[in-house]
Amino acid sequence: MEEGNKAPWRCCFIAFLTVVLFSANMYAEEQDVPKKFFVTPPPFSAGIYPCSMCHKGLPTNIQPRKLQANMNIALKHMPGGWCFECHNPDNRDKLRLANGKLVSFEESYNLCGQCHGTILREWKAGLHGKRTGMWNGDKQYYLCVSCHSPHEPRFKPIKPSPPPVRPMDIK
Amino acid sequence: MRKTVKKMDGIHLDRRTFLKGVALGLAGTALPLNKADASFWESFFQKHFKEMNDAEIKQVLGRLEREYEEKYKKVIKVGNQKAMPEVIFGYGLDLSRCIGCRRCVYACVEENNQSRDPQIHWISVLRFKKGEKWVDLVESEKYYNPEKVPEEGYFYMPVQCQQCKNPPCVRACPTQATWKEPDGIVVIDYNWCIGCRYCMAACPYGARHFNWTDPGRKSAEINPQTHYLGNRPRYKGVVEKCTFCIQRTRNGRYPACVEACPVGARKFGNLLDPKSEIRYAIEHKRVFRLKEDLNTYPKFYYFFAYGV
Repeated sequence: MEEGNKAPWRCCFIAFLTVVLFSANMYAEEQDVPKKFFVTPPPFSAGIYPCSMCHKGLPTNIQPRKLQANMNIALKHMPGGWCFECHNPDNRDKLRLANGKLVSFEESYNLCGQCHGTILREWKAGLHGKRTGMWNGDKQYYLCVSCHSPHEPRFKPIKPSPPPVRPMDIK
Repeated sequence: MRKTVKKMDGIHLDRRTFLKGVALGLAGTALPLNKADASFWESFFQKHFKEMNDAEIKQVLGRLEREYEEKYKKVIKVGNQKAMPEVIFGYGLDLSRCIGCRRCVYACVEENNQSRDPQIHWISVLRFKKGEKWVDLVESEKYYNPEKVPEEGYFYMPVQCQQCKNPPCVRACPTQATWKEPDGIVVIDYNWCIGCRYCMAACPYGARHFNWTDPGRKSAEINPQTHYLGNRPRYKGVVEKCTFCIQRTRNGRYPACVEACPVGARKFGNLLDPKSEIRYAIEHKRVFRLKEDLNTYPKFYYFFAYGV
């Protein structure tokens, strides 16, 4: 009789424990998976993506060398680095983080953030980089690579728009 | 003989009657005879913007839309979006990133229907030599025109209306044609401004500009989405200035200069929202406001996101 009384309580306790642990687990997972941001499309030049279109049949050569096909790429980023620090040799349509995780080109900010962590933090807060859209609603985040070419990230000087007319020149 | 005298007496006018007659006669010659004249009298008797009720404002907006359509041969919408509750706008500008390319200046001109000829710019980009006396406004250069920017040894600082919390221009206005809205934007009623330019003299930032002639621009260049207190076409003889793109920001959008900046140096948001970009900048970066010592309390924050 007594044991019969205890059993439902035990069941309840186990159920409660499961719920708590499960939700804790969910929370942990949420923290682990980087939040996705509403980003502008990656700035591929026309006809270049998917990369596997050309790279599918080609053997992978990890040797640093002068590139034949992608000649316009001058790697002025990360001295001593090579394509596969960021690109994934097995599936060219994805990028690869240092820990082996694959990320899509739309989430390339996670890749950049491996080295530029403080900048990524400020980008997520909206301080670094550019946003368009609504200040109080949906906005588009420009990807790191929308402004910085990943192969030579430094900004190039641009021509300024014309200066204002001097008052003495106003007729 | 006596009779004639009597007759003379009959046409005698005292001063009061004479003046009455003259006034009536003058009013008669100026009576509204066609639609344009009716519009003139309506604008002549328009009340102060803050004293009008919604129906009266709607009537005014309708009249303006008709006037603009006739003048510019184009449908121009004049809105009157009210300030959102619990919002005070703030603006941030990252001086460590600005490259002085003036893209913001021309984006602003297009968005806000400024006069192209004679030229009016609401944003002035100042160039300073890097060095000890760095915010030396006297030494700043507004007309720099190199082949490429940024130049070695210089930095740039765009200046526009600082939307002061304590705006000296508002106090200077003798007709109350300019005032501060609940969301912090200082606006001008172009139908109430008499063009005395006292506000321009009072503004320490050179942010206000005057229409010396009828604003010159092609009809095709006019942005038809306008706001009564913002970018609607102005008249000859009125003062104008930056309104944080009131027609965009009151509908939730970013100002035009923010979206035009190629280096993302411009930040905009609600100062009362702790999660906004502008609050992040104020809380985490070195921030200053231009001519803080004048107690104008600008809502335009210059900051340095990295380095010096």
